[in-house]
Amino acid sequence: MGAGRLYLAVAAGGFRRYATYRLATAAGVFTNTVFGVILVFTYLALWEERPGLGGYDQAQAVTYVWLGQCLFATLAIQGGGAEKELMERIRTGEIAVDLYRPADLQLWWLAGDLGRAAFQLLGRGVVPFLFGALFFPMALPTDVARWAAFTVALLLAGIVSFAIRYLVALSVFWLMDGTGVNQALMIAGIFFSGMVLPLNAFPGAFGEVVRVLPWAAQLQMPADVLMGETSVPGALAFQAGWAVVLLAAGRALQSAATRRVVVQGG
Amino acid sequence: MAERGAVREGLRAYGLIAGMWVRSSMTYRTSFLVTVVGNLLLTGLDFVGILLMFSQVDTLGGWTLPEVAFLYGLSVTAFGIADLVLGSMDVLGARMRDGSFDVLLVRPVPVLAQVGADRFALRRLGRITQGLAVLGWALSAVDVEWTAAKVLLVPVMVVSGAVIFGAVFVAGAAFQIVAQDAAEVQNAFTYGGTTLLQYPPTVFGKDLVRGVTFTLPLAFVNWVPAAHVLGRPYPVALPGWTAYVSPLVAAVCCAAAGLAWRAGLRAYQSTGS
Repeated sequence: MGAGRLYLAVAAGGFRRYATYRLATAAGVFTNTVFGVILVFTYLALWEERPGLGGYDQAQAVTYVWLGQCLFATLAIQGGGAEKELMERIRTGEIAVDLYRPADLQLWWLAGDLGRAAFQLLGRGVVPFLFGALFFPMALPTDVARWAAFTVALLLAGIVSFAIRYLVALSVFWLMDGTGVNQALMIAGIFFSGMVLPLNAFPGAFGEVVRVLPWAAQLQMPADVLMGETSVPGALAFQAGWAVVLLAAGRALQSAATRRVVVQGG
Repeated sequence: MAERGAVREGLRAYGLIAGMWVRSSMTYRTSFLVTVVGNLLLTGLDFVGILLMFSQVDTLGGWTLPEVAFLYGLSVTAFGIADLVLGSMDVLGARMRDGSFDVLLVRPVPVLAQVGADRFALRRLGRITQGLAVLGWALSAVDVEWTAAKVLLVPVMVVSGAVIFGAVFVAGAAFQIVAQDAAEVQNAFTYGGTTLLQYPPTVFGKDLVRGVTFTLPLAFVNWVPAAHVLGRPYPVALPGWTAYVSPLVAAVCCAAAGLAWRAGLRAYQSTGS
């Protein structure tokens, strides 16, 4: 079996595993829709008071909210994707089995997580987004090129999201317990991804900083690409840059960790 | 009489189980402290979000920052108490799937007490602490002519609010029994409810406000009584005295949740695993 087909099969497995939980998916759709409605009203009040905040008009602010609800589970913005299982395997030592597989550890988990993300997008993301588009004024593009660019931005967002969570998961090799880092991941994810407020509405120097962090690649960049608020090549380059840096860091950490496993197991 | 005995028995069992979980969490004291601080930060993010909004505007829905902080502090503290006492209800679904729920049914202790105290987590004090801190600041910052009745209304709001949220937790758990695990639906009402109440009612659509006043009476956690304290118009046209009915609303919610819980237990079918 070719390497490409192997990882495709792993991704398909990730997709199918999450597809099993149909009721949980339906419940998640309901929750995302409820939170979307609450957020939309608060954003509308905010934009009523400050029209054009962050360069968005009201319809764009509404679009941003529903995109956030759509991508919350897809990109595992507060964690809870493949990294959770990876941490458990590291803690119990089952990771040693994974290392013997004739596959690349990082690519293996990336493929699985992208499969999971694809399911969450279709199963859990699309419905709240359509609900939003049906009941609230949204700013959606009509040209195909923009949607194509958005799709690429989404894929890159998924890779950056995974790369961050992979680094966090590998830290368990040293910490043995993931509770603390999971919590930190959650806080950083929600806040710096722009789930609380669009990053371009963050004030001053603080805003400048959060907009260059890797979390900005997850929700802010796809949103701005979709709504035509940024240059497409610039946004994609920003995302790809972080993806490469973080994946390389993950790879370095992984080889340091594997050396440790061999020493410990020997 | 028998009913009162059952309640006492339930509370005693709750105390014993909760105490066991507290002792177990205290085994790793540093880890416990870290998770409390983490919880404080995590729940504090909501308020940081509100502060960020107010860094851009002076009012939201016509309400000032101290007024919104007042709503926020009341909602988060009340929810925090309910979450501390009954927040473990969402492990119910997992217990039904692995069959361990059946074990709870055969023990000679009220099931609700067992489920409520299950995995009792003292780290949830983080949310209450954070809510009280914001509430304290809001009380010192709002422009209110305090009367004895208004001062008394603040703790009444917190306690009634906690009871109303507690009833939502119990009703949600009853729904989980029927739906065989849908913890996320419960989250929409519990976490969604507290998020909703952190913002002024003027922000939301009329139908939504009516819904959380008359159907799921969350508005009595803070919106209605807080509007009275702050001297603002009520979210929906209600007579003035309704600011003081929160305890009554809480009692009715409890009764309804109790009925739902009993119906849920009766409808329970073991997975057989």
